[in-house]
Amino acid sequence: MDVIETEVALAERIRDAQGPIRVLGGGTRAIGRPVQGEALSVAGLSGVVDYEPGALTLVVKAGTPLDEIEQTLAADGQRLAFEPMDHRGILGVEGTPTIGGVVAGNVSGPRRIAVGACRDFLLGVRFVDGAGRILKNGGRVMKNVTGYDLVRLMAGSRGTLGVLSEISLKVLPTPETVATLTVHGAEGGGALDAMTRAITSPFEVTGAAHVPGSASAVHLRLEGFSGSVAYRVEQLKSRLYDLGEVTVETAPDSSAELWRKIRDVEPLQDAYALWRVSMKPSAVYAGLLPAMSERAHCDYLMDWAGGECWIALSENEAASLAKAHGGDDVADGAAWLHRGLQEAVADRLINQGGGGHATLIKGPDALRGAVSVFQPEPAPVAALTAGLRQKFDPKGILNPGLMG
Amino acid sequence: MEMPEPKPEILANKAGLIARLRSVLPHDAIIENPVETQAYECDALVAYKCAPLAVVLPSSTEEVAEVLKICNEMGIPVVPRGSGTSLAGGALPTADCVILGIARMNEVLETDYDNRVIRVQAGRTNLSVTGAVEEEDFFYAPDPSSQLACAISGNIAMNSGGAHCLKYGVTTNNLLGVTMVMMDGTIVELGGAYVDAGGLDLLGLICGSEGQLGVVTEASLRILAKPEGARPVLMGFDSNEVAGACVSDIIKAGVLPVAIEFMDRPCIRATEAFAGAGYPDCEALLIVEVEGSDAEIDEQLALILDIARQHNPVELRESRSSEESARIWLGRKSAFGAMGQINDYMCLDGTIPVSQLPFVLRRIGEMSREYGLDVGNVFHAGDGNMHPLILFDANKPGDLEKCEEFGAEILKLCVEVGGCLTGEHGVGIEKRDLMTTQFSQDDLDIQMAVKDVFDSKWLLNPAKVFPLDLSDSRRAA
Ligand SMILES: Cc1cc2nc3c(=O)[nH]c(=O)nc-3n(C[C@H](O)[C@H](O)[C@H](O)COP(=O)(O)OP(=O)(O)OC[C@H]3O[C@@H](n4cnc5c(N)ncnc54)[C@H](O)[C@@H]3O)c2cc1C
Ligand SMILES: Cc1cc2nc3c(=O)[nH]c(=O)nc-3n(C[C@H](O)[C@H](O)[C@H](O)COP(=O)(O)OP(=O)(O)OC[C@H]3O[C@@H](n4cnc5c(N)ncnc54)[C@H](O)[C@@H]3O)c2cc1C
Repeated sequence: MDVIETEVALAERIRDAQGPIRVLGGGTRAIGRPVQGEALSVAGLSGVVDYEPGALTLVVKAGTPLDEIEQTLAADGQRLAFEPMDHRGILGVEGTPTIGGVVAGNVSGPRRIAVGACRDFLLGVRFVDGAGRILKNGGRVMKNVTGYDLVRLMAGSRGTLGVLSEISLKVLPTPETVATLTVHGAEGGGALDAMTRAITSPFEVTGAAHVPGSASAVHLRLEGFSGSVAYRVEQLKSRLYDLGEVTVETAPDSSAELWRKIRDVEPLQDAYALWRVSMKPSAVYAGLLPAMSERAHCDYLMDWAGGECWIALSENEAASLAKAHGGDDVADGAAWLHRGLQEAVADRLINQGGGGHATLIKGPDALRGAVSVFQPEPAPVAALTAGLRQKFDPKGILNPGLMG
Repeated sequence: MEMPEPKPEILANKAGLIARLRSVLPHDAIIENPVETQAYECDALVAYKCAPLAVVLPSSTEEVAEVLKICNEMGIPVVPRGSGTSLAGGALPTADCVILGIARMNEVLETDYDNRVIRVQAGRTNLSVTGAVEEEDFFYAPDPSSQLACAISGNIAMNSGGAHCLKYGVTTNNLLGVTMVMMDGTIVELGGAYVDAGGLDLLGLICGSEGQLGVVTEASLRILAKPEGARPVLMGFDSNEVAGACVSDIIKAGVLPVAIEFMDRPCIRATEAFAGAGYPDCEALLIVEVEGSDAEIDEQLALILDIARQHNPVELRESRSSEESARIWLGRKSAFGAMGQINDYMCLDGTIPVSQLPFVLRRIGEMSREYGLDVGNVFHAGDGNMHPLILFDANKPGDLEKCEEFGAEILKLCVEVGGCLTGEHGVGIEKRDLMTTQFSQDDLDIQMAVKDVFDSKWLLNPAKVFPLDLSDSRRAA
């Protein structure tokens, strides 16, 4: 595996490339279709370039370990507010997640509903495109509309448009304290109702998740100065009492641990196949969940007030789906469900006209190679996507096929 | 400011174009009479004017598609237009172009409080989006000062910001989806009532593309529950350095105000003369606003006042009521009008790293003396987005050119200290020829390649954003 130490070396390596390249940050997020190609690691491009706590801006090289960034920020009482999840648990891998991998996947956690996604905190990028050109877009200032916004385009492009070398981010202060309200026993519509009331209140809820099951619970997070958090806890409580027993966790460490588990989708860690769906919350509960329960028995976790739905399929259930639908292999059962899921998400009756997407996050190579991991795009959009890929990566060598 | 020569063959065939447009649009949706097209000869960058060949005012996405198909076939440039408040000349026509005005498309299509989404036709004005959801105590966060007039489509094209974007972000952070028509008439939907792209973030690419990639006809926007309340505090300092240090200390302390606005002495004096808001006569003034319940506001303001006191303010005024808040905001809100009373002005929009504020303000002061033109500075200090207002006399020969030269020098300075040419107004024609100071040839090539994908013939708003000599071969093809 090639380990690159400088941006110039990265550009040369790509310019001279004869065949496909598999872009690696820390090697912890093998999401997408399996890629054949020579591994190219950017982990050597590492380090904080510039950090201005008073301006809330951070510039880092793309291979910088996420840990190092979090420690740097914590020393000044700040953090990456978009709360990127750690995929190591659900994917069962080891390694050191890098900021490049986070940005390339637009990875965001529960706080996305309140402050935005990774893409929203990205101020600028430097990258090398498939022709080996060193390019930049955006900058290190908070507001910038100079030229087209390739910053947003690079976020979530998973190394298929270019290899990121440097990243500028907006950071935010870590609040003084955090508390979590839990509504016990709320299920289905009741759970959605609890999250909707919270998120449409003026109380700045920074997390709203539903963990269904025998001990179905809705968790709501409040952050800020302690007086303010205490006030908002009471206000929210008085709006939720009719939906179930409400308890309050005021110990910051316990809240942090709870939200880490939700962020990392820990309850569904043992899944054989795991999907992530983004739809409007009402459509998830009224459309998607009923449609899925007709097809298979799955486990769920709802985040983003219901706007993000995680769906887990066990190996046993995949095997029985395979048998019932004429597949030879366990993966065929999951593939059948995968296609049904993406069709359901695209169905206007199910998505209530609001659209959405489903992505296979975890599954064996046999499954990831057999299906369209990312939501298929309508023809005119797919044509734009293909056109852009051709411009950014004319030789078709950067993570080819990863995004379909 | 150079614009491409109009193509004689297009000018000669105006009748042919109008006939075809008539076949797809109602009579009153086409303006061809030179007296009436003059109303569309410029946007808010009034120094540059040119009447278009014709103006169309479609009422539906389908009509937009029909118009674009015709123009695409006939090779006629199209300039999309919302309300024409662009300060960058983004909606400036050429004599051989069709202005495609979206103002008639201003309906609310769907309001969904539970899912916090509103879907509107893109010609709707910014303020009337909030107006549509206010009754339920919701609002649309991006609030450009022009919000009474400017359209959502223009906001999307320019990725506009506002005074409250320190907390709520700019347009791209609040935009969920668009319906867009491409130059060949293809209608695409990007995004929707959900968040983040499944594949490439094309929605993010459209936002801020200055009407060059497609015509936006509908938009899904995030609406938010209104905070319980908001209150500002006003502080005066006897130097820009100290005001800058205070801003930085507030941010470092972990308070996140919704707005931190900054005015310098020339601007304070002008607004005092104009609006009489009772501002102190000092070197630099900050308005810091926070949100929440009364108790929460008190808690945050106490912290902010503590920090301010450490910087020896010459004035500290905390608002205790909505009347006091209105008075504190009065001067800031009339700043542009006040400067306009003194003379013609040019409003710049460069952004700099916050730490560079004192240095850049000092340099602007020095340059002001060199050029002999007065400058007032009023801007969003929390995010480094400056708005130097250069005063000049449009009737005095050579003054506009001098002013433009001075403006260009300020913008180059912004880039030099690690900032950018424009924080929220867009490039348009105004900063088009400065793009090479911020970007390399390759940086601009890849952006132009993006336009190739969406509009291969370069007919949509073609003479904007990129220096003409760089886009020449593409526009000629
Ligand atoms: C030592 C090692 C051996 C491996 N062997 C195999 C193997 O044999 N077969 C196999 O299928 N998989 C293998 N993998 C998994 C491999 O990690 C994934 O196939 C894929 O390359 C995802 O990259 P990542 O895990 O490094 O992701 P992360 O670093 O977590 O990145 C996530 C995504 O972002 C992209 N990315 C990361 N950094 C950047 C950047 N700076 N710029 C642009 N894009 C970036 C990645 O390509 C990936 O798509 C291996 C991983 C490692 C570390
Ligand atoms: C007094 C004043 C104060 C201002 N304050 C602010 C401020 O605080 N923050 C800020 O960000 N801006 C501000 N502006 C600038 C301006 O209001 C914004 O850029 C605004 O978004 C422009 O909207 P508009 O509808 O007037 O667009 P127009 O001026 O009509 O057009 C602007 C651009 O959008 C494109 N466009 C318009 N409609 C479409 C469409 N349907 N599809 C594709 N492209 C389209 C045009 O081609 C053009 O390039 C201010 C302007 C003035 C005059």
